[in-house]
Amino acid sequence: MLTKEATTMTQEKPILRIENISKTLGGKEILKSVSLSLKKGELKVLIGPSGAGKSTLLQCINFLLPPDSGRVWLDGVEIQNRRKRDLYAFRQQVGMIFQDFNLFDHLDALENVAIALRKVKKMRRPEARDRAMAELERVGLEDKINLYPAELSGGQKQRVSIARALAMDPKIMLLDEPTSALDPELIGEVLSVIRDLAHGGMTMILATHQIAFTRSLAHEVIFLENGIILEQGTPAELLSPDACTRSKDFCSRLDDLCEEKG
Amino acid sequence: MFDTLSAILEALPYLLEGALVTVGIVIGAMGIGLIIGIHMAVGQIYGNRAVRWAVGFYVWFFRGVPVLVLLFLFYFGLFALIGLNLSAFAASILVLGMTTAAYQSQIFRGAMLSLPRGQFQAAKALGMSDLTAIISIILPQALRFSIPAWSNEYSIILKDSALAFVLGTSEIMARSHFVASRTYHHLPLYITAGCLYFILTWLGVRALLKLEEKVRIPGYAH
Repeated sequence: MLTKEATTMTQEKPILRIENISKTLGGKEILKSVSLSLKKGELKVLIGPSGAGKSTLLQCINFLLPPDSGRVWLDGVEIQNRRKRDLYAFRQQVGMIFQDFNLFDHLDALENVAIALRKVKKMRRPEARDRAMAELERVGLEDKINLYPAELSGGQKQRVSIARALAMDPKIMLLDEPTSALDPELIGEVLSVIRDLAHGGMTMILATHQIAFTRSLAHEVIFLENGIILEQGTPAELLSPDACTRSKDFCSRLDDLCEEKG
Repeated sequence: MFDTLSAILEALPYLLEGALVTVGIVIGAMGIGLIIGIHMAVGQIYGNRAVRWAVGFYVWFFRGVPVLVLLFLFYFGLFALIGLNLSAFAASILVLGMTTAAYQSQIFRGAMLSLPRGQFQAAKALGMSDLTAIISIILPQALRFSIPAWSNEYSIILKDSALAFVLGTSEIMARSHFVASRTYHHLPLYITAGCLYFILTWLGVRALLKLEEKVRIPGYAH
């Protein structure tokens, strides 16, 4: 049954805790016993080279990829991912944003947001559409509600997908490189939505290569490489110009690349 | 010449009645194939090993044996064996339905596999069960993409329905044969039969093309 464990922790108990998550894919060990925890309202940023395991980690947290071993707690309750009902209930509370949006191509923006409200939360159609409308307004898309994914720009698609996740009232959000598939001029509109969420106190884990954004908003930076957490600390500790950290080296290399492009 | 025309005109009402029977067989068979085919496609992709094996065996069997053999096998053999007393019409629908189910399952399976995997992941991430995700996200798209291949299958089954003649179903072919062998107007009657099949194919394919247009996802370019 459900176990209450986090109550024994310090006064500020984490809303999400994962312990010793390991995952092997295609014979390659992608995650090697990764642990982390998140307090309410925290924004933790996952950085690291591609192939480090950032996506795999995020997908293991909501069991889209079942981890080979490891445990996950939400609000002090351990998730029994073998119980389908528990798993589905857990996923409702964990919003996920994907790099390539993954909108439902056959539904317009409004229905993309409303469908899970109807099919999962069992809301009636008018209620679901009202709620979807409100979420789309929140991400600034009230004039695009009847457009289909193929008629939206990348930035708009990503904002619909954020609205879709928010409509479920998630306790935490996992964002897997939400701006990596976007043209440079569209990144800003998505980051500004994520910034609003952070200011609104949303608890988030964000995998990204947006270093400036990380510096200004992250409570903690987690540097992942070869499936292990190499460094972990505040942006000031890890990313300040005089820090001697792998994170800083990695980020300044990214900055150099950006300058070359620009 | 006049003789020929009058032979056709005289037989036409009788043949048109047969066309209704043919349409009944095709609609029935395509309907059965649609229902079984969707289930089999879902089973073959998302089912466990036993389900996948069962579907694989079914498809292998029905694609491997000629329709004519299947008609005889079921109508005179298996149906009689299990005490199922069906009319020739019902038996034709059932056998053709089971046959097209095998082909249709592969049409739907292909369409489902061609969808980007991410949408299924996104649906599950929102808390949908696999079944809900399949019903609300995967199938509405896969079925749209299946229409062109389904239209092809329709035209094949329409023509295969002529084989129902061998069970004594009084469809277009059976009636043409009946009239031709009594009046000796073979050529005009079989030309008429051919034209009827041609028109039915054309109408059906056209209707499906209309449907394809109607359910096309806006902005979706091919």
